[in-house]
Amino acid sequence: MQPLFLQGPSVTLRTLALVIASIGLMTLDHRWGQMETVRNTLSYVLYPLQYTIDLPIRLYHWTDETVSTHETLLDEKRQLEDLNLQNQVRLQKLDILEKENIRLRELLSATAKTGEVVLIAEIINVDVDPYRQLIVINKGTNDNVYISQPLIDAQGVMGQVIHANSNSATAMLITDASHALPVQVDRTGLRAVAFGTGKIDQLDLRHIPHNADIRKGDTLITSGLGGRFPANYPVAVITHIERSPDEAFVTVTAEPLALLDRSREVLLVWHNQPQTPLSSDE
Amino acid sequence: MNNGNTRIGVLTIIAAFMLAMMPLPDWAIAFRPDWVTLVLIYWTMALPTSIGVTIAWCAGLMLDVSHGALLGQHALGLVLVIYIIHSQHQRLRVASLLQQAIVIFFLLLLKQALVLWVSGIMGHAPDTWLYFMPSLSSALFWPWVYIILRDLRRKFAYKTHY
Repeated sequence: MQPLFLQGPSVTLRTLALVIASIGLMTLDHRWGQMETVRNTLSYVLYPLQYTIDLPIRLYHWTDETVSTHETLLDEKRQLEDLNLQNQVRLQKLDILEKENIRLRELLSATAKTGEVVLIAEIINVDVDPYRQLIVINKGTNDNVYISQPLIDAQGVMGQVIHANSNSATAMLITDASHALPVQVDRTGLRAVAFGTGKIDQLDLRHIPHNADIRKGDTLITSGLGGRFPANYPVAVITHIERSPDEAFVTVTAEPLALLDRSREVLLVWHNQPQTPLSSDE
Repeated sequence: MNNGNTRIGVLTIIAAFMLAMMPLPDWAIAFRPDWVTLVLIYWTMALPTSIGVTIAWCAGLMLDVSHGALLGQHALGLVLVIYIIHSQHQRLRVASLLQQAIVIFFLLLLKQALVLWVSGIMGHAPDTWLYFMPSLSSALFWPWVYIILRDLRRKFAYKTHY
């Protein structure tokens, strides 16, 4: 027998308590960011679901590889061998340049840059928030992924980790509306901050003065200021500059180099050396 | 006796979560119905004694984790929607599907407005009216959700209320 009156006041009280709990959680999460353990626990429940959703896509890639013909594989192999040769030649030069650079830095008694460690992670194909530029990757704190860790692909900087769970992590792309990335123009060394716009193919450079030497087609690289991102990774190419006399600053838009909406594999970067005093609190 | 109901309830909520995270083509993303809320609304109407605000709150937290949102952002809206459904479930049960869909449209608008409010405070509010599309698409999908879930419940549960 079902009770006719469902404990009226207790439901109201419970709702009130839950509303207060929600507001409290949001405040804690936003102000102090101490909710990572709760998030991590909940993600254990969520991960199997995300994995299952990703499974058909994974299966498709797998079958695509398995049933591809001998010819295609040979072709691909030849291409990769050529590419490898080219890259190796370039790397030889780079090695020499790097050594020279270290020597010169020693002469100037500046700190030598150490190499960065990278790990390949795969994007889990799940839709996150349609109005934010977030992705889920299949590596987490078990692989020493940490919050604010940079993410790159073969073309350029992709974004940074914002939530790290045990075996997955959520990352924010550089085009997210709440993302800002310290960059510099590689031709002139002009420093700027690249703000995300919420559109996957657009970054805005704000506060560029009218007399700044900046042109369409210039490449932006990370400046390493702020300490979160390693320096000298390519970020974007400037696509549009508008100098209107009635504005205080030039309007500059750039297009990210990384294949933000197409990459399947991403690289997680560990760079430990403090490059600027700013990063000592990281 | 309620065992069948509980099991099918949990399964449908899991299915709703999977639908909510399923990759969609770009043109459809803005129109994705709020599956989790729809399924929770149905179960609150059907089984108000076993499914209510607490479960809705937990589901809301899961939604927050899956959306990478602030913890509590979706949970807050979901709790309020389910509270209203819970307090009005006897009236809603006898309403026609169209009337139910209209009520659900406005409740989902409320939920989305709450989520938007928090996003706005955080500084990343979407600047397009398409943001409210899920309320409309959810209301349009409601009759089917209702019929499918009712049939599932009748098939798998031993006890029916109405």
